[in-house]
Amino acid sequence: MSSGGTLSILRSDSYAELSQYRDQHFRGTRYDQERLLRKSCTLYVGNLSFYTTEEQIHELFGKSGDIKKVIMGLDKVKKTACGFCFVEYYARGDAENAMRYINGTRLDDRIIRTDWDAGFKEGRQYGRGRSGGQVRDEYRQDYDAGRGGYGKTVQCQ
Amino acid sequence: MSRRRHSDDSDGESPGQPHKRRRTSEPSEIEERLESLICRVGEKSNSSLESNLEGLAGVLEADLPNYKSKILRILCTVARLLPEKLTVYTTLVGLLNARNYNFGGEFVEAMIRQLKECLKVNMYNEAVHLVRFLSDLVNCHVIAAPSMVAMFENFVSVTQEEDVPQVRCDWYMFAFLSSLPWVGKELYEKKDAEMDRLLSQTESYLKRRQKIHVPMLQVWTADKPHPQEEYLDCLWSQIQKLKKDRWQERHILRPYLAFDSVLCEALQHNLPPFTPPPHTEDSVYPMPRVIFRMFDYTDDPEGPVMPGSHSVERFVIEENLHCIIKSHWKERKTCAAQLLSYPGNNKIPLNYHIVEVIFAELFQLPSPPHIEVMYTTLLIELCKLQPGSLPQVLAQATEMLYMRLDTMNTTCVDRLNAFAKSHHILSFDRSDCLTQDLEKPKPKFVREVLEKCMRLSYHQRIIDIVPASFSVLSPANPVCIYKYGDESNRSLPGYTVALCLTIAIKNKASNDEIFSILKDVPNPNQDDDDGEGFTFNPLKIEVFVQTLLHLAAKSFSHSFSALAKFHEVFKTLAESDEGKLHVLRVVYEVWKNHPQMIAVLVDKMIRTQIVDCAAVANWIFSSELAHDFTRFYIWEILHSTIRKMNKHVLKIHKELEETKARLARQHKRRDSDDDDDDDDRSTDREDGPLEEQIERLQEKVESAQSEQKNLFLVIFQRFIMLLTEHLVRCETGGIDVFTPWYKSCIERLQQIFLQHHQIIQQYMVTLENLLFTAELDHHILAVFQQFCALQA
Repeated sequence: MSSGGTLSILRSDSYAELSQYRDQHFRGTRYDQERLLRKSCTLYVGNLSFYTTEEQIHELFGKSGDIKKVIMGLDKVKKTACGFCFVEYYARGDAENAMRYINGTRLDDRIIRTDWDAGFKEGRQYGRGRSGGQVRDEYRQDYDAGRGGYGKTVQCQ
Repeated sequence: MSRRRHSDDSDGESPGQPHKRRRTSEPSEIEERLESLICRVGEKSNSSLESNLEGLAGVLEADLPNYKSKILRILCTVARLLPEKLTVYTTLVGLLNARNYNFGGEFVEAMIRQLKECLKVNMYNEAVHLVRFLSDLVNCHVIAAPSMVAMFENFVSVTQEEDVPQVRCDWYMFAFLSSLPWVGKELYEKKDAEMDRLLSQTESYLKRRQKIHVPMLQVWTADKPHPQEEYLDCLWSQIQKLKKDRWQERHILRPYLAFDSVLCEALQHNLPPFTPPPHTEDSVYPMPRVIFRMFDYTDDPEGPVMPGSHSVERFVIEENLHCIIKSHWKERKTCAAQLLSYPGNNKIPLNYHIVEVIFAELFQLPSPPHIEVMYTTLLIELCKLQPGSLPQVLAQATEMLYMRLDTMNTTCVDRLNAFAKSHHILSFDRSDCLTQDLEKPKPKFVREVLEKCMRLSYHQRIIDIVPASFSVLSPANPVCIYKYGDESNRSLPGYTVALCLTIAIKNKASNDEIFSILKDVPNPNQDDDDGEGFTFNPLKIEVFVQTLLHLAAKSFSHSFSALAKFHEVFKTLAESDEGKLHVLRVVYEVWKNHPQMIAVLVDKMIRTQIVDCAAVANWIFSSELAHDFTRFYIWEILHSTIRKMNKHVLKIHKELEETKARLARQHKRRDSDDDDDDDDRSTDREDGPLEEQIERLQEKVESAQSEQKNLFLVIFQRFIMLLTEHLVRCETGGIDVFTPWYKSCIERLQQIFLQHHQIIQQYMVTLENLLFTAELDHHILAVFQQFCALQA
């Protein structure tokens, strides 16, 4: 009856929606991937400084709820932090709030970005760039002190 | 009911493409279009609001023959859920009523049905919006004024009911008074004698109602510069002033005025007599509130004048801004834009109102309506949209809040702390806190903010930015303290075992190897070892925990891995209650410089059942922690512990309900295809496992609930002990009870009651008979009485 209904405009929740990005290394169908994304409690966090620690992540992301696990992203070769991580919550609602209110805010003076992740699997904590870090640090032309300076290709010139 | 649900359709639609239309039937699309048209009227547009309303009324009138019930449903829903656009929609209904009298009648009936339903299911906040909508329909000539007055007479007569909670009468009073800014003038013009009578009944009710709950809900304990008024008192003052001003109200946008000639031709409907549904055991009324004020007209001397605290304009603005946040809390950019486009922004200091309303929500007791982090991010969005003006208002606000820390409720100080570091509270001159005792609110606040800032960055960074004179407030370097670390400590008992353990763990020893190493640790306080060496041995615990935590100190992940790997050892050592307590003590000793680490370790240990919630509660109140008792992180840990306990109970309860449902479905399935009913044994066999499971879960639920109750009892008991000690000491010593420590402690007790009030309500009888008895010091008893008053 009437007292249960709501309105489309009030249901709008764009920050918590899936983005266009799909992990190309995901094993399974698109359908499976999206099903996992829609019920996931895990977020990918990007644009971190290489020096940002697990403790800082915990403090910031703890604001939207209890964190189950933080997995720092590592350079595949050096095994040092390479600017991303995964944050897993116990409850999806807490992850949604992180998407709504922590995505796009600052950590270590950098605007960080969060996105839904289908779930951590061993191996996914490593960068996929040729040099060991993230792909985005392979080719970028700018100088970023928090992410190892110039992009790898530029450095090799 | 709309079929289209947002985003969680698992219907295999590929994403990345806009919501592909399924081949839906036309009516559903039309309904969406109608809903969209109705919801968007009143938004920014090239045409005037009046012409948009006129146009929409025409469209809807044309659609009435085919879509009447859908239109009724949508209009009832916007009345309930978009109160910030109240007058836009009452005007729309007025225009429709003028064109189609029957529709107007049906709408009113639907609204009354909806109102009754809301009251039945305890949706009181939405019910208020419906009442207000109905009352504004008087202004649109849809409802006859005398019948509205009659409804209000029934509302006010609820205050004459006997043996009902005060909060019930409060709600009906609030529904009546809060509609008057919209309709007071009209009702008074038509029925002044009746209205006078109602107002005088209101006055006498407000005089006789009790307000014991107020101190518990106030953000500041001081009345200067702005008194923190109880919400009904404030509203009453506002209505009295409105009446004195002869009901002249100029803030509310009233689109129906432009249509007066059309509307006054319309025939009005009478509201059916409305009897307030009786009070039942299941009725849960809204809690009372205290109105938060931090600004007045002196705070913005340059801009438009801020309406006074007892002006009805202030009430309407605040209501509308709160409603906007409630509508758009999930969409921070939209929310910010909607707040900033609130009409009248050149006649009122809108930025000040917005900031005040946001802080009102952030500091609301018991809890903010939305998650705290939302408000921080919302303010960032607002500053982005108004970079030239809003940041200054926010800076002014933060400064004022800092200046008034001394009288701010501890819970609110916590929230300000969490908020502050994002807004550079450190950039102000804080030298006034240097001359004060470190336990006083201001220096304490700065210390806590600095510690929080450190958690979000690095210790060195904080040291670098804090001036030398403030170093006493700087947080400690968050390093671990390992008592067996130095050669100079080798005389400590257990030192050699610690060395042994260190080597063993580095060589990836198993739990069994650890046990055998620990076997050699003597027990300092016991003669009878039961042979297996597993009774409470504080030295064993000390050596093991110190060594392990030290080795795993590098990061949270390292420590968590260590806890997981040696879980068996932990469980065994911490088997007894004293064992659990001692583990917590050692964790504190090792990590007292790194409160964040303590918090995450305690969390993990509860989740892996190395310690239980009661142990954590006892540890927090132990004498070892007395030094840190008023620090924020301690209460973070305690409230997190209580929350875990609560979630655990809910989870098992849910499991039980789900299993019961499964059994019920199984029965139904069997009953429906019950052709051959010879084999009763097989049905028992089928039911068996599920029934067993239900029995097990039932036990689990009871045991969890009992643990939960015990946790609260422990906490209350310890508070009472601690506070009584202090009060007795002060009395015998002749010193003032009200020290910073006492204020903090008593407010922490209040916080327990407030934050977990729904659960604690279940224990009222036990609390009254066992703990909060009449013999208790009146200072402590007062807190309990305030809590009881909240739902009385």
